Amino acid sequence: MSKVFKGRPVVAGAINGKEAVVTHTGFNTLASFQKSALKKAKQVICSDQNNPELYEKNLTDRVICLPKTIGSTTGGMVLYSVCALNIHPCAMLFSETIDSLAAAGVVLADIWTDSSIVAVDNLGDEFLNYVKDGMKITVSEDGTVTVD
Amino acid sequence: MKYNMKLTPEEEGILNGSQGETMAKVMKSLVLYGDAFGAERFVPVKGKGHLVTSFGISVLSPVFSITQELIDAGLKVDETFTCDPRPIDYANVKCNLIEKLIFNKFLYGMQAPYEVQLKKLGLRSEKSFTCACYLDEVGNVPEKGDILSWAESSAVVYANSVLGARCNRNSGIIELFGSILGKVPEFDLLTDEGRKAKWIIEVKTDSIPEAQVLGSAIGMKVMEDVPFIKGLDKFIGTELNDAAKAYLKDMGAATASNGAVGLYHVENLTPEAVEFGTSIIRDDAKVYVIDDAELEKVKKGYPNIWKNPDAQPDRCFIGCPHLTFAQLGQWADRFEAELKKQGKSKVGLMTIMTAAPEVIDHFKKDNKAAYDKLISFGIKLTSICPLMYMNNPLCGKKPIITNSNKLRTYTTARYFTDAEITTIAVKGGF
Repeated sequence: MSKVFKGRPVVAGAINGKEAVVTHTGFNTLASFQKSALKKAKQVICSDQNNPELYEKNLTDRVICLPKTIGSTTGGMVLYSVCALNIHPCAMLFSETIDSLAAAGVVLADIWTDSSIVAVDNLGDEFLNYVKDGMKITVSEDGTVTVD
Repeated sequence: MKYNMKLTPEEEGILNGSQGETMAKVMKSLVLYGDAFGAERFVPVKGKGHLVTSFGISVLSPVFSITQELIDAGLKVDETFTCDPRPIDYANVKCNLIEKLIFNKFLYGMQAPYEVQLKKLGLRSEKSFTCACYLDEVGNVPEKGDILSWAESSAVVYANSVLGARCNRNSGIIELFGSILGKVPEFDLLTDEGRKAKWIIEVKTDSIPEAQVLGSAIGMKVMEDVPFIKGLDKFIGTELNDAAKAYLKDMGAATASNGAVGLYHVENLTPEAVEFGTSIIRDDAKVYVIDDAELEKVKKGYPNIWKNPDAQPDRCFIGCPHLTFAQLGQWADRFEAELKKQGKSKVGLMTIMTAAPEVIDHFKKDNKAAYDKLISFGIKLTSICPLMYMNNPLCGKKPIITNSNKLRTYTTARYFTDAEITTIAVKGGF
């Protein structure tokens, strides 16, 4: 059974049936992407040892469901960089209001690369409590998120 | 392009390409960034810039494409800028041949060309590499009320809290764009409302709390909110002298890295707390009491994530954020006393202290006795960023100890208090 949530599109876009990966704690952008980006890997395997929910999971072309991002203020640049390297998540869905580092990252990716990371925020705690790893996510341009 | 910010005709012209395609993209980035936070307008930047990206690391190669595009379009920062510390210094932070090869060819292979880019974009000087750009010797010292476009978290929280400047916790690149445009979108910590405290921190310890642990406890509790700290003036006084500022520098860096604090107020001490008193606390502020037991609990909670948790330390980093002139002198005294206590003349562990190039120059010139002592103890002084040195798979495997809660948070380094780390460094292990 599917459930629908409504958020605010920060970077609008449409995603159809992509796989969710979920963290209930802050997503450390640098720590998560650094190792794979350094290796110039074709897929990002999360390298944040402090995040047991995501550690060693594939993040490329996935929908990351999170409260917000944390960590170094290089975070925005890292998000932009993984998008430029085409190993980025296809979307980031925030239960809270997007933070300044993630906002910078998705905006930079949208404007300075040929691809983008769809970003929707303010989806609420209910969204993050409901969505589970592996569920299929569909996102509409207006910020409607359908979880199957 | 759809946007909500209210732009002046000049700003709208830039957005539509009046100053070229690249400047239009810079403007578009800042407008969408401001829109994400409900900013209504741009406000002019006052004060010099400071960039967080000082390292030519290959993982950020797309960033260097942006900086090259800016240079090719003839864009630069008019007022010049300082920059975070460099990642490597082979003279003072020894590396073996394999490490050097990997640093030079892979990790930081883009350092030299990136520094050329920085000069073209407006880097102030060859010595302008430090996270503590706000120290007098470095000279990038904002005044109260100045609007800044910075990203380095420890510098942002210091400028906001201790100097009373106004700066959001920006990401790298966005801060460069703001400095090039000379304007930033107005939201959050740039507004009076955004600077009000959502937390009251009541410090109830028996003695002065370790700055790095107090900051860690506050950061982990309040995350990105603004705290108003009561009870600290009892220990560090009501005057923003060198000792108080050094304490707040270290405490603030820990609040920013263990949480995401961009501004704190200290009752009877920091500028806005002195000016407005408790009226800058929101009515719905929550309360967090910190006593000695709470600090001990926080410190005990730090995980040991060394590859071999029982290993002996390989080296010790002191100075993240970079040390002040006075702190360098205090460390010389601290090590002298511990060496005497342990009956030794040199430290037993490779110990590296970091400070801004201009602070080290000042230290060598005006406190030569202490400088000579540190060197004679076998301690190295450098201006690198220990975080950048460690934040890679090669050095991340080394068992490193530090008195920095920021370094502990972002790397595998283990944290010890100033007193503990002095004992360990002199002894050469645990």
